[in-house]
Amino acid sequence: MPTYLLSVYGPAERNEFSGYPTKEDLLRSLEDTKAFNDKLAAEGYFVFADGLEPATTATVVDGQGDQPVITDGPYLEAKEYLGGFWIIKAPDLDVALRLAAEASKACRGKVEVRSFHTEESFAALLGS
Amino acid sequence: MTELSEHAEQASSPAAGSRSVDVEEAITQAHCQEWARVVATVTRRFGDLDAAEDAAAEAFAAAVERWPHDGVPPNPGAWLTTTATRKAVDRLRRESRRDEKHREASLLFDDAAPEPLGAIEDDRLRLIFTCCHPALSVEARVALTLRMVGGLTVPEIARAFLVQDATVGQRITRAKAKIKAARIPFRVPTTQDLPARLDAVLAVLFLIFNEGYLATGAGTEPIRHDLTAEAIRLTRLLHELLPDGRDGSGEVTGLLALMLLTEARRPARISATGELVTLSEQDRGAWDRDLIEEGHRLVRERIAAVAAGGPPPGRYQLLAAINAVHTYARDARDTDWSQIVALYDQLVRIDPLPVVALNRAVAVAEVDGPDVALALVDRLPLAGYHAFHATRAELLRRLGRSEQAREAYGRAIELAGNTAESAYLTRRRSQLSPPRTE
Repeated sequence: MPTYLLSVYGPAERNEFSGYPTKEDLLRSLEDTKAFNDKLAAEGYFVFADGLEPATTATVVDGQGDQPVITDGPYLEAKEYLGGFWIIKAPDLDVALRLAAEASKACRGKVEVRSFHTEESFAALLGS
Repeated sequence: MTELSEHAEQASSPAAGSRSVDVEEAITQAHCQEWARVVATVTRRFGDLDAAEDAAAEAFAAAVERWPHDGVPPNPGAWLTTTATRKAVDRLRRESRRDEKHREASLLFDDAAPEPLGAIEDDRLRLIFTCCHPALSVEARVALTLRMVGGLTVPEIARAFLVQDATVGQRITRAKAKIKAARIPFRVPTTQDLPARLDAVLAVLFLIFNEGYLATGAGTEPIRHDLTAEAIRLTRLLHELLPDGRDGSGEVTGLLALMLLTEARRPARISATGELVTLSEQDRGAWDRDLIEEGHRLVRERIAAVAAGGPPPGRYQLLAAINAVHTYARDARDTDWSQIVALYDQLVRIDPLPVVALNRAVAVAEVDGPDVALALVDRLPLAGYHAFHATRAELLRRLGRSEQAREAYGRAIELAGNTAESAYLTRRRSQLSPPRTE
């Protein structure tokens, strides 16, 4: 079954409530997200889900040279960064979009849906 | 593909004799009637829109080559579908030499039993929903629908929308790649999703129709009959595939009626001098009575269905009903404007959009007077829309406020994209009483 990445973006600078207006909002969103994750698992779609520490804490490594070059900060300069993601297994995009809509409601953010390579598409890539 | 198009061009060069003319006609007719079915059937069997498009094109090229010698087969659609399926299998076999997985796949496909006839009908419906999937950009949906369902070529689509062939080609290629990579399903949406998804399909068809009806761009024909005809053909197909009773199907009937009643007025809509003729000034004798009859029949059908306890009419049914009120009137003066205002009241509730409010105000002017209408229009945030200024200009003219009317015509002319419309507005402006010079 195809695998999809559902990602959520958020501001680079987060407030004390991880980007939510109040602590209550944060707690309610976490609760809704947990309920959604449980439902994903119960229905067999769940592969992985988690939230990320702020992008300001990221480190970029370039190991292509003799010595790895280490740089502080995220790979791209942007106003919004990946804040968390789900990996789900779904039969097609319609199902993935339906789940993404629920995910969006739970986490109070827009959700980007992107599919992973499948064995078949990877084979086509190698074959072409 | 290139090889094929050359093929098709060579073979379609006109041959002498009435028999070859008949064959040519049979091929044109088959293309019109069977293209969507061939693409849809092959797509379902092989799960690949790209392969289906190529296979369908190859099948039609084969028909162009062989029918003049072998004669037109008794069932052209079946011949084309079988040929396209065989071409798709051949292609898979060729590709499978590279890859063991594909070999297995092609063997699997070879064994696929043909579906019963009912399911084949549904394939075209699946195709329409896939091409109009909301995950695709609107431009991509339009191009893909015209190519896959309508059977138009890339240059034909590019001409219709005044863009480069390469642009259309790229839109279609990208859309097919996304359908494949993101796994947009080849399926009629679930009952729960159907109304929203059908809405997206109807929006695409209406967009194609409107681009034909009020074509944009200087130097273009003001009405692109090819596009309106194609939009009607596709809507007829959808209407046939989604008969009344299915969720939201009333809107398909509504859209078809709306298109027919609009298309019926086409002969009277542009003057001999290439100017737009407004509804009130049109020669109603030039309207196409057959299209009007059919449109009215569909509207009556919907009114009866709603009266019998069906779901309330959606936007296309209301727009069709509004158009029917116009086309019922043998003379512009007989128009039942209060009925039109009542229908717009319903439409505003569904679509609380400034554009709808603007059209409603036009009807209000006929019932309550231009001053009431102008007060409504002036509240609308439509300063960038030519019809807003054109409507204001007409209302100001009727109120005798020539100077303001002149200014409004000026803004409308600046913003109008349609050549016939600018010509009309320019004449109207020139007919205002001359500006005072003292």
